[in-house]
Amino acid sequence: MARQLIKGNEAIVKGAILAGCRAYYGYPITPASEIAEAAAFYMPQAGGVFLQAESEVAAVNMLFGAAAAGVRAMTASSGPGISLMQEGISYLAGAELPCVIADITRGGPGLGNIAPEQSDYHQVVKCGGHGGYRTIVLAPDSAQEMADLTMLAFELADRYRNPVMVMADGYIGQMMEPVEFPAEARPLPLHSWSTDGTPEHRSNLICSIELQPDDLERHIRKLEAKYQRAEREEVRAEHYRTDDAEIILVGYGIVARLLKSVVERGRALGMPLGLLRPITLYPFPVRELRRLSRQACCFVVVEMSTGQMVDDVRLAVEGRRPVEFYGRCGGNAPSAEEIFAFVERVAAHPAEALLEEVADA
Amino acid sequence: MPEYQVLHEKARSFYPRYTRKAEAQHQTHYCPGCGHGVTHKLIARAIDELGIQDRVVLISPVGCSVFAYYYLDVGNVQVAHGRAPAAATAVKRSRPDSIVISYQGDGDLAAIGSAEILHAANRGEPVTVFFINNAIYGMTGGQMAPTTLIGQKSTTSPFGRSIWNEGYPLHVCEVLAALEAPVYLERVALGNSKQVMAAAKAVRRAIENQVRGLGFSLVEILSPCPTIWKKNPVEAQRWVREEMAKVYPLGVFRDRTKEAEPRPAPAPPPALGDLPRILEIGDGAGEALPPLPKDPFADHRIKIAGFGGQGVLMLGEVLAEAGLAAGLEVSWLPSYGPEMRSGTSNCHVRLSTRAIDSPLVAHPTLLLALNEPSLRKFSATVEPGGWILYNGDQLPADCARQDVHVAAIPFTRLADRVGDARAGNMVMLGALLEITGLLPEAHIDYALRRKVKSERWLELDRRALAAGREAARQGVTHAS
Repeated sequence: MARQLIKGNEAIVKGAILAGCRAYYGYPITPASEIAEAAAFYMPQAGGVFLQAESEVAAVNMLFGAAAAGVRAMTASSGPGISLMQEGISYLAGAELPCVIADITRGGPGLGNIAPEQSDYHQVVKCGGHGGYRTIVLAPDSAQEMADLTMLAFELADRYRNPVMVMADGYIGQMMEPVEFPAEARPLPLHSWSTDGTPEHRSNLICSIELQPDDLERHIRKLEAKYQRAEREEVRAEHYRTDDAEIILVGYGIVARLLKSVVERGRALGMPLGLLRPITLYPFPVRELRRLSRQACCFVVVEMSTGQMVDDVRLAVEGRRPVEFYGRCGGNAPSAEEIFAFVERVAAHPAEALLEEVADA
Repeated sequence: MPEYQVLHEKARSFYPRYTRKAEAQHQTHYCPGCGHGVTHKLIARAIDELGIQDRVVLISPVGCSVFAYYYLDVGNVQVAHGRAPAAATAVKRSRPDSIVISYQGDGDLAAIGSAEILHAANRGEPVTVFFINNAIYGMTGGQMAPTTLIGQKSTTSPFGRSIWNEGYPLHVCEVLAALEAPVYLERVALGNSKQVMAAAKAVRRAIENQVRGLGFSLVEILSPCPTIWKKNPVEAQRWVREEMAKVYPLGVFRDRTKEAEPRPAPAPPPALGDLPRILEIGDGAGEALPPLPKDPFADHRIKIAGFGGQGVLMLGEVLAEAGLAAGLEVSWLPSYGPEMRSGTSNCHVRLSTRAIDSPLVAHPTLLLALNEPSLRKFSATVEPGGWILYNGDQLPADCARQDVHVAAIPFTRLADRVGDARAGNMVMLGALLEITGLLPEAHIDYALRRKVKSERWLELDRRALAAGREAARQGVTHAS
């Protein structure tokens, strides 16, 4: 199959339809609108539903209805819209409804701006809605992965009967790269648990309410068991030259692309740099980081925010090694040069950094 | 044998036993005299009469009727507060054969869900909505509703609803009747048996409309809430008749059931095998183009910048498409959003024989500056040994650099001579190709044919490319 030059946002829609998605409900927002536009164009032709909702609140509840009816469905938005969807995502997780939600992140807080930022990590990965639930979160770093991970997202959503988020920054959404799509579309799944009026389906109540504390605890424990299974089975991360690396860079999305050029620059100068790129932000690659913490002398986390994922890296490393942070925000991407300069400073004084941590402890 | 004759039996669309309360499974959880129980019965009976139990999906709200799914033996979905019309929309759109009923109270529909009901009605969603108006929040214990009457006391309007503080009671049927799309809107009441009989007819009609494929139907039901109103059931019914109906006149607000046409059925879905063609991902591109001569390593980092409207992004797309056709790894990254519509616009293009790490170009090997602000912004970032192509007769003196090549050509002016100043981007591309030999003509032409759909523009762009090459050949370049 030929590779085609395509925007990340458009690749999401084509991947979704190939994966059997037949309903899209959304509300326009920069830098995610091309997803709605592509869905408006392709979804009806593919025999699916496209509807521009009156708000993100309505859109996420339409997703709830479509999923309840057993249809593979998705929506997409950016930071402020995702904030509005959080209540609905909690309901979806509570009712165990599979669906896919893409967040093409932009600058915040508030209206912020439309330039790329990675400051949605907390609300997406830690789940901004109410109650004890999780969503699986996939973080593409290329247009190709926008398609591939969206397709994977639908599989995981069904496997776990849970919403799955695809989180990419505005750059990944807006940029065009060659993408190769699978030659065949997947058949539409049959959902034995979905509801309609027929005798075989109408005992399938779709709801998220459990009035009795014992019943609700049982339900929450069941959800928790699913998440623990995902933590065992679904972790994905890219190792880039980590085999002999002593300084491990950690970043996702567009930042990981920058970090690859930082690794190359360092290697050319004989610095033992490597990159760990989390592809699943939840479940987080804890074991991978823990293993690397035995070989590496320190970690450098880079994000386009003031530091959110860095907390998860610190938890995974458990204080065995210093974890340094470099971030840019407001819609600015760090340059490979400035990241490299930071890494050089860290490399020059790793021991001191470690000593400081020990002294603090 | 029973010693009595059954004249009215329980509707078949009710479950035989209600498991809501372990100790009394023949009862609902509703209070004596509550209008919900009556309305449930009217709905169940209508479903029986229409013979559609196997098709009904009921959307339960948040409120006292959150547990409607304990009683009606149909497909059941329980949703977030106020969002039933959104969920109903999606169920109906994906499953047009389902009979979708949204059941909502006054807080749910008229307060928190006011946007969802308005837009579902305005879209003419062919669903049925039953709106229970009892002028109070029942489940949460008697707070004010948007439909609470003026002067009516509630736990959150303890001195009585005041128009100055809480505004006026919201008239849902009247509001929705201002819309074009709804097919059937009626307000009924449960104030006495006669009113209940009228309500039964309205409930049935609203469901039957959907069975007939007609659009949006809503029945507002003025309904007693004896417990919160602190009245006995008889007094509560009287209050519905005498007080509520004064504020909320009963009647039909919209009836287009005769002239309304069913929503056209969606086209049958295409075969799965047809999807790659529909998604334009088949091998349709398959034009045989010669690959580039084997270059051991090429890595072009290109930044293109200018005013919005100068074709900055398009120029980048042509380069990236042509590069891909030539077997290179490519990336194209735009500045986006409002920047596209005013002020400056730029894009980053990489063409490389190796996998591309970062698509961001901080230090270009080629800077294509279509205007002076872009030149000033980026000229200092060009890699030593790289090229600057500038849209002008010469570089401003303070932008001059000794360590890069420069070609200053009035591209826009040349494009104007070719036929349209907007083709300045293609004149610049022609010069770039002539100077650097970046990509073969055939690949550029292929990319142009993919991007430019208008024959007139394709011709113009080709002429512009030739003009750019010619200008470059004539040595308008000033290599420093």
